[in-house]
Formats: sequence, structure tokens, C-alpha cells
Amino acid sequence: MNNTATIIVIEDETQIRRFLRTTLTSENYKVFEAETGKRGLIEATTRKPDLIILDLGLPDMDGVEVVRELRTWCSVPIVILSARSQESDKISALDAGADDYLVKPFGVGELLARIRVALRHVSSAANGEEDGVFSVDELKVDMIHRKITISGDEVHLTPIEYRLLTVLVKHAGKVLTHRLLLNEVWGPNYVERAHYLRIYMGILRHKLEKDPARPRFLLTEIGVGYRLATV
Amino acid sequence: MNDTNQRPDPDALLEKVQRAEARRRRGRLKIFFGASAGVGKTFGMLLAAHERRTEGLDVVAGYVETHKRAETEQLLQGLEILPPRLVPYRDTQLREFDLDAALKRHPALILVDELAHTNAPGSRHPKRWQDVEELLDAGIDVYTAINVQHIESLNDVISQITGIPVWETVPDAVLEEATEIELIDLPPDELLQRLKEGKVYLPQQAERAAENFFRKGNLIALRELALRRTADRVDAQMRDYRDDHAIQDVWQVKERMLVCIGPGANAENLVRAAYRLAQLLKAEWIVVYIETAKLQRLSREQRDAILRTLKLAEELGAETVTLSGHRLSNEVISYARTRNATRIVLGKPSLSGWKRWVFGSLVDTIVRQTSDIDIHVVGKDSKFMSQTGANPYFSRSRLYLGLASEEPGPLFKLREGYLWAVAATVICTAIAWLMLDHFDLANLIMVYLLGVVIVAARYGHGPSVLSSFLSVLLFDFFFVPPRFSFAVSDTQYLITFAVMLLVALVISNMTASTHHQARIAGHRERRIASLYAMSRELAATRGEGNVVRIAVKHVTEVFEAQAVVLLPDETGRITYPKDEGAAQSCHGSDLSVAQWVYDHGHMAGQGTDTLPGGEMVYLPLKASSGMIGVLALLPLNPARIALPEQQRLLETFTGQIALALERVKLAMEAQNIQMKMETEQLRNSLLSAISHDLRTPLAAIVGASSSLVRDGNRLASEARQELGLAIYDEALRMSGLANNLLDMARLEAGAVVLNRQWQPLEEVVGGALAGLTSRMANHPVTIKLPHDLPLVEIDSMLIERVFSNLLENAVKYTPPGTAIEISAASNQNELVVTVADQGEGIPFGEEKRVFEKFHRVVSEGNQGGAGLGLSICRAIVEAHGGRIWANNLPSGGAAFHFALPLTEAPFIENEEAVQS
Repeated sequence: MNNTATIIVIEDETQIRRFLRTTLTSENYKVFEAETGKRGLIEATTRKPDLIILDLGLPDMDGVEVVRELRTWCSVPIVILSARSQESDKISALDAGADDYLVKPFGVGELLARIRVALRHVSSAANGEEDGVFSVDELKVDMIHRKITISGDEVHLTPIEYRLLTVLVKHAGKVLTHRLLLNEVWGPNYVERAHYLRIYMGILRHKLEKDPARPRFLLTEIGVGYRLATV
Repeated sequence: MNDTNQRPDPDALLEKVQRAEARRRRGRLKIFFGASAGVGKTFGMLLAAHERRTEGLDVVAGYVETHKRAETEQLLQGLEILPPRLVPYRDTQLREFDLDAALKRHPALILVDELAHTNAPGSRHPKRWQDVEELLDAGIDVYTAINVQHIESLNDVISQITGIPVWETVPDAVLEEATEIELIDLPPDELLQRLKEGKVYLPQQAERAAENFFRKGNLIALRELALRRTADRVDAQMRDYRDDHAIQDVWQVKERMLVCIGPGANAENLVRAAYRLAQLLKAEWIVVYIETAKLQRLSREQRDAILRTLKLAEELGAETVTLSGHRLSNEVISYARTRNATRIVLGKPSLSGWKRWVFGSLVDTIVRQTSDIDIHVVGKDSKFMSQTGANPYFSRSRLYLGLASEEPGPLFKLREGYLWAVAATVICTAIAWLMLDHFDLANLIMVYLLGVVIVAARYGHGPSVLSSFLSVLLFDFFFVPPRFSFAVSDTQYLITFAVMLLVALVISNMTASTHHQARIAGHRERRIASLYAMSRELAATRGEGNVVRIAVKHVTEVFEAQAVVLLPDETGRITYPKDEGAAQSCHGSDLSVAQWVYDHGHMAGQGTDTLPGGEMVYLPLKASSGMIGVLALLPLNPARIALPEQQRLLETFTGQIALALERVKLAMEAQNIQMKMETEQLRNSLLSAISHDLRTPLAAIVGASSSLVRDGNRLASEARQELGLAIYDEALRMSGLANNLLDMARLEAGAVVLNRQWQPLEEVVGGALAGLTSRMANHPVTIKLPHDLPLVEIDSMLIERVFSNLLENAVKYTPPGTAIEISAASNQNELVVTVADQGEGIPFGEEKRVFEKFHRVVSEGNQGGAGLGLSICRAIVEAHGGRIWANNLPSGGAAFHFALPLTEAPFIENEEAVQS
């Protein structure tokens, strides 16, 4: 794969920056670094990045604030780096428009996978290549014909189940917070009723997954939300 | 003489050392002692003070009365003078010694003149000598002056000599405790000369003084007393010296003297005489008041007089005891025997002549019944009484004679008793009337006697006496011929009447006193029972608050007083109780007084020597380790609290309360220490666990990475790969440890707020398994969750940690290839989750301990981890209100279970409702 994408890393820890720079450069990404949130915002305006990796614990400003600022003028994919003690910040950042997250410590494999998902999502949306069919392994979702099949066997879904699945397919590979899913599927009055989402997700898994306790497609991001597997 | 005989008596020596010790800590008291005013005490005191000052000592004149004498005033110059405290009193302002200022200034030596002075009302202590005591307690040396007539034990003698009563007295103990006494002596002629020259009083005062007090005869007598008193002290010093140097020929048994006082006027004299005797004999002395049935019927004033006498005795250093019993003599003798008294001091019998012969006297009885105890009989001083009868002090004493004996309270009851006495006698007459035809006159008398017995038993002495007389009269009137007349035909009936009256009186007396005894016994029993009840409750109590509550409850009941226990805070300041109910009941209690009581360990408040003006009484709660707190009482009837036996009982109560409080305090301290030790132990195991578990992976990482850095190019690609993997694994292991420690710290600190949401368990299990994929590779996991499993309201992040830890634990302790099973079941109340493995199981007896922090089943194993995982599980499950436990399965392997409480699941709208 020929990577020419530009990535801005906003991170105050020198060692993490070093690790990210060497890894990403060796993968042929073009990397720019920023130590502070303000510096990062300036870099984002001048470098026109394809992706931003943002650490939540910055010395000068709140990482969530950086996401909000960025989202006021661009839709570049943002991958959050968070520590374990920043659970609520992470969710706020995702709600504010960040695309994905990684919990420190993370491995290279994980990092690159997330970057690829985020970049692909952008390119597919930008190129308008939507053929209306999403498929991973034996699961096939045909949005135009409203037809879902597992290994060719058609699965019948209720309207809400279908709507939930289509929202996931639309953002396949991306983490969707409970709030976002509830808002998209049930409407803004239901954003606090996470158990609706959990119950329907359970039903959907029982219809689509071989082993619902160990899902293949409908992945749980504990405490954050869900993600539809793309590979 | 050999060596051993020469050695001083060890007990006596110990006592001497202890006294010397106490003196060293206290300030030293020097008393300038004189026979009368004007001999130059103040002058001498100031001279001595100047000497000390030139020696470089910090000297302050606390209070010096110069009486405007020129020479004295001159001497006052050059000394730092403490400003007096001005106390408004009626229209004037009184100048008083400022105790607090003196304590604050804390000089090495302070001059406080006129030791016998009575402080203005509202001062902390009623008497100046008590101020001086406090100064001494604070370690300040004091110079003071006093005249001989102010000494308590000589007070009566001097009043007799001079005819002038002295109100301001100082207990002898103060003089005895003085480090030094300097006698300022001036022959009477010279004194009179000085008086004439106006050196003692201003001229017009001097004239009056010379007429009354400064008569030569008086002065000679006073001088003699002062000299003798000083000589006594010198004598005592001599004896001390002899003790020191083992000049002691006879080993003396310690004398103990029992002084028996009654309600007579003589009691006060008796006590003073006994004191002087006790001083001479160097004897301990006990003043006993025995309350017999007869004495219980004394008027309130008489009883108060007895209390005052007992108080005087206490001030003079006696131990006082109130006993109650039937026969005075028996009680005195038996008590003397139990206390090993060697002497009994009694007042001269008040009865004389035939009465004494008929009724016997206490002295005679005691003399007859004891052979090994010396009996002292102290005479009465009738002249003294009559001479001083005019002054108020002794008019108080007249009350002892029983002139005023009306008691307003039970008057009604008394009158009722007499009415019943009359009625009973009339009824007896009626019964006798009916019997007259069938029985002898002698039998009719029995009916009357029965009536007397009943009246005596129910209404006591007076009514039964009335009944006795009435019976004789009515018997005579109605039955003795000639009937319906008081005349008697046959003279032998006179004897019948006499005997009948006598028998009736004796019966009534005995019945009434038995009755009374029973009542006294009842009272005592109640008291003891109440003490027992409190002790028992206190013994069964934990916690300071409960002890205080129980103490207050019992004290309130027994002493008919509002009570509050005031306890100090950490800094030793007495504070109001935090409990609201208790705070209300201590309305009116004065914290500053309580603080004083706490600091000094003496009682204060009403009826005591310190701040007697207040309404409340403050008692120190003393335990073995020191002061614990203060008990404040607001008695409904202050006189009752002042009764010596009540005081004793109160002391016992406070002792019990203090002990209980101390016990609670010690228990708390022990618990704290235990906790500290446990924390310490925990910290140690934490340190050892962390140092091991952090260092091992760090060593691997440092080693592998340094090798990669140095020889990276030369290494084969497989070797590089292997080193990289080692670093990766070890780093992950450290990360896991750090996570666990972080979790534990957050859970321990209570910083975790559960983010509870309704969850299907399946999702949480899935989340946990997804995070562990690589590590679970060698252990097939089966999941058995029923389809109808209800939702649980949990913090999914935390419960996921529980699953992760349980699964990791299973992986760690079971061989590869063995299966792990996750199952769940629910009943009405809870959801029970089980993680079962097929390993070796938990060693016997470790089922509970595995959940303890830093506990590892195989402590030397290579499983890694700090032994935190399961304790984190427990903390999380318990935070959810659930429980966790482990056991071994009959099929082998261990099973870990945790139960989460189930509540009613939330309502879910059906799909159509949402759609519309």
C-alpha cells in the first residue's frame, strides 16, 4: 500500500512522540509533531493533515477542547490517545467528534490498524464509492435492497434493529458512543437510556453472531460504545 | 547496737521522700507568722523579698497590704507590683489579688499578704489561701503572712481568750505544708508602744483597736500561742531530723483515732480537740457520725449542723464517715475494730444523774465493751457557749440544741399520722367495747397494744406515742370502773396504767425504729443496686458516646440532678458534647470552670471551695492514667449532694465512669495501634510485592533492549524478534500490575463512583474475553448463560475487571489446555456468576484468604502479579453490594463465585411505541 498521508501527532511526551514518529515514518506516513494543543491547532491549519493523533493529557489545554476546536472547521479523522484514568474524557472526546481511540500502552499493530480504518473511512466517503453493500466474512448487508444475509441465509430484522445496523455500517470500523447510537436510532429523547441500546445490540448479536458472547462483527467497547468490525 | 536496728523504717522513709518530691515540684511557701497585727510581718516579708531580689530572683509583689504604714510603704518601692483586680462590690470597689495575672506573669517568687483573707464574692476561690495553693501548684514560690488567731484549730481557743470571734481562718494543713515559717515576734509592751505612736493603725483606728483587741492580756496570750505553735513545728522538724538519722528507739504502730460525733452542740469542739490530739499523737483520725433511727428524725437545721461539723473535720484533715445503725455503741465499736482504731474520742455524756444511770450512756457502754482501745472523753465548754452566744457564728451553733426543729415538708403527712393514731385508738376502743362482755379487762389491753403497734409501724414514733397515751386514757375512761369517768376505784389499776403505758411506749419505739431501719436499709440497697446497675451497663458498653449516655442516665436518676459529662478534645480543652441531646442538658454549665476542674483534678462549683457561687457542681473524672473528663451536675436539691455519704457515693460513681471511659479510650487506642500495625504490614508486603514484580520485568526489558541497541545489526533476525517479544511481554506485565495498583488505590480511597447502568451480562463477559484473547489462547472457554438472564445494574467497566482478573487468575494457576467455564444463574434476589477452572484447586483453608491483599497461594511461585487481582474483585463486587467467594469443585478445580444483587429492571417501551 502506498501511504502518502500526512499525520500530525499532538503529544507532550517526548518518548511517545519518538515512538510514533519512527513507527509512522517507517510506514511511509508524513509526520509532523506538536508538543502542545495550541501548537497542534496551528499545525493542523498549515499542514492540511489527513489524520490527527491527539493525546488527551496536554499541558496547555484540554484534549477535548482541541477536538471541539478542530471540528469547528474540519472533518479530519482524529484518533485519541488516552490513559486509563481518563475514561470520561475519552467519551467526551468521542462525543465531540473524535473518530477513534487508543488506550496507552498500545502496540504498533493496534495503532496502524486504527489509522488505516480512519483513513479508509474518509476515502470511501470522499470518493462516493458506496455501492450500498457492506460485507465482512459471511455477513453481508445490502443497504439498497435492505437485505441482510449470513452465509447467504437471509436474516429478518425489525425496523429498529435494521436502523441500528445501518448506523453501524455507515461508520464501520469506527467507535460509536452509546450517546451517538441512541441519538441516531431512537432520537435525542433517548440518549440517557443506554439499556435500550444494549438490549437491541444483544438481540442483533443473537441474530447475526455464531457465538453472541464472543462477537465477530458487533464488537463492544466496554464503557464507551460499539464498533462494527471491518476485517 | 548493730546496723540493722539503726536503719530507718522504710515506710516512713518512703513517705518522707514522697513528700519531699511533691514539695520540689510545687512552689515553696514561706509564712511570716505573728501573734497579732502590727508585729511587723509585712515589713519582715518585704525585707526578705528585697534580699531575694538582690540575689537575682524574679520577685513580684502580688498583693501587699501596707495599712498606710510609712516604713512598710517605703519598702515596697523597687519591687514590681502586680496591679490589683478591682471588683465592684455594692457601692465601692474592692481591691483583690489578681490570681490569673499572677499565674500568667509566673514570677519565681510572689508576695501575697494576709493569707487568711476572704476573697470578694465571685472570685475563683472563696479564700486567699486557696489562691496561694494554686500558685504553689503552678510552681511559684510564695511569701505570705498570717496571724495566729487565723489558724483553724486555734480559732476556738482564741475566741475564748479575746472574746472576739474570728471568721477568717486558714486550715492547719496549709501551715504544715509550708516549707518555712518565720516567727515575727514583738513583746506586747513594744507593740502597744508602736500602736500609740500610730505605727500600726492610723490614730483614730488605733484607739478603738486598743480598747477591744490590743489589751495586754490578750497580746500575751496570743504571743504564747504563736510561740507554742512555732515550737510545735520546730519539734516536728526535730522529729523529722531524727527520722532521717535513724534516731528512733521504739518502732511505733501508727495510731488511728476514731472520733464519734453526735448532734450535740459539743461536736465542733470535739472535732477541734480531736484534731489537736491527733496532731500530738501523729495519728490518722476518722470522724464518724452514726445515724440511728432516732437521729434520722432530727430537724433539717440539725442535720445541716452535722454536715458542717463533718466538713470542718475534713478541712482539718480527718477522714469522715457516716454510718447508720441501730445501736450507737455497737456501731462505733465494730467500726473501730474494722479500721483498727487504737483510740476512740467521745464527747462527755449529756445526761447526768439518774437518767444516765437508767438509760446508760454511750461512754459507759463503750468503756464496758472495749478493753484494748483507749477511750478519750472530751469535756463540754458551757462557758464558752454562753459567752459567745450573741454572735452569729455561734447562734448558728445553737441550732445544734434543737431549738428550731420544724420541717415544713412532711408536716401534712405528720398531721395525718396523728389523726390516724387517734382513729386507731378509737377503733380499738370500739372493738374492746364489743369484747367487754366476754373477756377480761387484761385482754382488752392487748387490743390497744395491737393498735399501738399498727400505728407505730405505719406512722412512726410520734403518732404511736400519742396512741399510747390515748389508749391508756380511753381504757381508763370506758372500761375501768367506775366507767365513763377518769376516776379509778381500785388503786391497783394505776399500776395497770403505768405498765400499759410503758409497754405501749416501748413497743411503739421499737416498732418505729425497726421500721426506720428497714427504710434506711432500703435506701442503701437502692444506692448499691443503682451503682451495680450502672457498673454492669458500663461494663457491657462500647464507645464513648454510649458510656457517657449510660453514666448521665444513672447519675441523673440516683442524685436527682441534671448531669453532663464534659470531655476534652485532643488538645486537652474541655468542649461541649457534640451530641445534640447532651448539649442541651448541659445548659448553664461553665466550660471555664470545667476546664479548671480538669486541669487541677479538684471538684468545684456549688458547696466546694472553688467558685462556690455557681449552681452546678463539677467533679473531676479521674482514672488511673490521669484526668479523663469532668462530670457537671445541676442538683435539684444541693444539700443532698453535700451529704458526706452522698459525696462518697458520687465519688464511687465518678470513679466508675472514669474507669469506663478510660477503658473505652484504651480500647480505641489499642485498635488504632492494631490498625497502624496492619497498615504497616500491608505497606511492607506492598513494597516487597512491588519491588519484586516491578524489578523482574524491568530487568528483562533493560537487558533485552540494551542487547538490541548494542548488537542489533549483528543479531540474527529471529534473535531480534525474540528480544523484542520479551520486551513486549514484560512491558505488558508491568502495565497490568500498574493497572491493578491503580484500581486498588482508587477503590481503597473510595474515589470510585459506580457508573451503574443496566447491562446484559453477556456483553460484559464478551468485553472481558475480547481483551484477553491472546492470553486465553491455551484455555478453551465455555460460556453458559441462560437466555432469560435478567439485566443487572452494574458498572460495566468494573465488572469487566472482575471477569478479567478471575480469568487471568484461572489462566495463571491452571495448566495449559484445561478448560474454563463461565456460567450464571439468577434467583429473585441475585445473579450468581461462576468462573470455574480445572486446575489443582485452592489449598485447604485458603478459600477466604485468597481475597486478601497481596496474598498469593504459592508465595514463591513464578506466577507473577502482586496478589492484588482477587482483592480488587472483592472490592468491586462489594462496592456493588454483592459478595464473592471461592470453593473447590468435587470434580477438581476451583470455582470463584460472585453474586450481584438484582433490582427491578427498567421499563422498556415496545418497538411500536418508539416508532410512533
